[in-house]
Amino acid sequence: MAENMQNIQIPKEMFEFVNHGERIADKKFEDKPIGYFKDAWIRFRKNKASVVAAIVIIAIVLFAFLMPVFNTRYDSRFMDAYYAKKAPRHTALRQFGIADGGVDRTFSEKSLIKAIAIGMAAEDVDGTGDVTLEEGMASEYQPVLNIGEGIEKKRGKNVDITYPDGRIDAYLETGFLYLSIEQSEYQKIVDWENATGKKVLYPLIEDNKYNMDPADANNWYKAKKNQPVYTKGSGKDKEIHYEPGMVLEDNYKRNEDGTAKFFEMTGGGTLATAQYKVRVLYYNYYQYKNGFEPNYILGTDSQGYDLALRLAGGIKLSLLVAVFVSVINFLIGALYGAVEGFYGGTTDIIMQRIAEILSGIPFIVTATLFQIHLSNRIGPIPSLLFAFVLTGWIGTSSRVRTQFYRFKNQEYVMAARTLGAKDSRLIWKHIFPNSLGTIITSSALVIPSVIFQESMLSYLGIVKLGSAGTTSLGTLLSDASSIWTNYPHLMICPAVVISLLMISFNLFGNGLRDAFNPSLRGVEE
Amino acid sequence: MTKYIIKRVLLMFFTLFVITTICFMLIRILPREMPTDKVQAQAIAERFKALGYEEPLLTQYWIYLKNIFTKGDFGTSWYIAFRQPALSVLVDKLLPTVLVNLYSLLFSIPIGIALGIYAAIKKNKWQDSVISTMVILFVSIPSYVYAFLVQYFLYFKLGWLPLQVYSLADGGGSWLTWKMFHSMIAPVLALSFGEIAGLCRFTRAELTETLTSDYMLLARTKGLSKAQATTRHALKNAMVPILPMIISSFIGILGGSMIIEEIFSVPGVGQLYIKSINLLDYDVFMMDSVFYTFVGLLAGIVVDISYGFIDPRIRMGEK
Repeated sequence: MAENMQNIQIPKEMFEFVNHGERIADKKFEDKPIGYFKDAWIRFRKNKASVVAAIVIIAIVLFAFLMPVFNTRYDSRFMDAYYAKKAPRHTALRQFGIADGGVDRTFSEKSLIKAIAIGMAAEDVDGTGDVTLEEGMASEYQPVLNIGEGIEKKRGKNVDITYPDGRIDAYLETGFLYLSIEQSEYQKIVDWENATGKKVLYPLIEDNKYNMDPADANNWYKAKKNQPVYTKGSGKDKEIHYEPGMVLEDNYKRNEDGTAKFFEMTGGGTLATAQYKVRVLYYNYYQYKNGFEPNYILGTDSQGYDLALRLAGGIKLSLLVAVFVSVINFLIGALYGAVEGFYGGTTDIIMQRIAEILSGIPFIVTATLFQIHLSNRIGPIPSLLFAFVLTGWIGTSSRVRTQFYRFKNQEYVMAARTLGAKDSRLIWKHIFPNSLGTIITSSALVIPSVIFQESMLSYLGIVKLGSAGTTSLGTLLSDASSIWTNYPHLMICPAVVISLLMISFNLFGNGLRDAFNPSLRGVEE
Repeated sequence: MTKYIIKRVLLMFFTLFVITTICFMLIRILPREMPTDKVQAQAIAERFKALGYEEPLLTQYWIYLKNIFTKGDFGTSWYIAFRQPALSVLVDKLLPTVLVNLYSLLFSIPIGIALGIYAAIKKNKWQDSVISTMVILFVSIPSYVYAFLVQYFLYFKLGWLPLQVYSLADGGGSWLTWKMFHSMIAPVLALSFGEIAGLCRFTRAELTETLTSDYMLLARTKGLSKAQATTRHALKNAMVPILPMIISSFIGILGGSMIIEEIFSVPGVGQLYIKSINLLDYDVFMMDSVFYTFVGLLAGIVVDISYGFIDPRIRMGEK
């Protein structure tokens, strides 16, 4: 405002007549006229928050629709039960220190040794048992990413034991597994090993008193009560502790000639058909099985699906439901409100009463009843849609009705009627466009509320999507709800996405509301 | 006024009656599941027959209505609390719901209104834009996300609050003990963020409107200071729509927030609702549905009527 107040001096000779001696009254405008929608668009663009919100919405939609296209390795049914609930991990991003698959942990000495031992065993491809701690720590299969300072605790009389904080790769931590495979499969793995140079098969472990848990394939070193022991030399058990130069003594099964045993017959059948029991390094076995390394940019969900894909599916479902509801509400609300407002009188009273009764039913009750009655017959999502549509249009219809009451007795409508326009033409051509701005806004604002309600219903378990193919943001949240304190990424990802969606749709809707409100023109500046 | 109130109340009961009828029909036609224990199933089947559950639907509805009006009997719980009246099952759950929501309201109303007033007075200054931005964020983020944040920081990281609300036995046998209150702080906080933001936005909108109106200009020309004019004229007029909203929030506390109750395991009405669906305890489900409908309708007409009391010029719902 201040600039306009300035005293501007313009010399007289700079003025010139616009149309000196020329009639311009009959000429056409050179500029295009700015209509209602163009005006709204211009003012919408000026509102920075709404523009940002629109961009965020577009980004989320792109994520939801492009994620399954670009992610060719996983589809929505790809699942790996051993890699469930794992943190984000991406081979390329790992080098920059993000998405390293790591989780922070405070180790006990035993758990630290056990984790480090996985890396040591992975280096020991022949089962000779002479891998040093340093070689193990340098291994690419070493799950322990770093060991920090820890809490010191007194142990015994004067030995200080530290319990270090550290970070461990949740994928490599899985370590080794016992599998029972066909003989032909065994040969295939060996071929794959030779072709890629990656080791899958590792020696089996002896079942003796030094094997603390025969079902756990990571206990390859001799230990008693989980504490590794050293038996060479004197032949007596001597406890060893975590310190530089620590040597773990292997407990591998050996053939008669002293070489490590890599497989063992298991189950019945003849020599030719019997299955092999083998011990595999799961990280490499995963690559053998699938042909690629585990790359989960947002980690995996509670069952072992790729969380990014699940999230994309959830966003897609939530958005589709929301947009569908918004469109249907728009149509029904516009029609109902138009008839109500245009005809008025008894029609209006009866229709208002019906709308009032419908709006009196709490949404949660409607949704529940529809789920109980219909979800077996037409599926949970259609019955959810019905529930949304049953009462959702009431807000829109009352807005349309108000607009009709405002405009139906105006002179231009009367003029059109005098000229012989039919009711339908009066309604749709002359009066309805007045309410378009308001109902577009309310339709945009329906979307976040539908997303919220949907996520709430599936969180509460009222809507049970169940099958593996479909998921919603609420289902992801409720899957995570009991375990998320240990696996925060399971909660953070859907919660962040849903919050972003809600915020941006609200901002977007507010921007639309301001843009469609002509009385605000010029007020913002 | 009296005539208006009577009319609104009668209309409310008519609506309630229609909704109850619809709900009753939809719930009663659901197949009932019997317990696997044969003796018990036989007993329940006999009892169902005696209660008229095998009669035609309309007869059943007549019995239902008759029981409500003559005995105050809204049906019986068969699974949640075996053979307890549905009404008493519901009433037992009311107190925790009311307490949690009451604490949250008492906490958020002063803060919300104060922030709203402050933002309105500082309109278009940086304080206002900070508050308005926060309000947009806090209004949009769903309450369960706050619940997770509260749990994560105040329980998991700092350990100040328990993860969930204590059961009655752990909390010292009463809902009003200090220990119980301590465990309720987490759900109260989770509920309050949105509440504060909503109130703040509403107050700011109303107050900025009144602050720019003509009578404010008149008040200033009469010689009132800005503070005097704001408190005596603008605030009073801004309260006309704010007070009914607060009153309706107080009625809304009966219903509570289902998802917050589920997350913090508050043994309230919302949890009862979920339980009654999962256990197919239809009479309790019916009771809870009617209760929610009633609370919603009541909040609606109390708002309309309180408008009339606060500002006699307004008659909501009148032509």
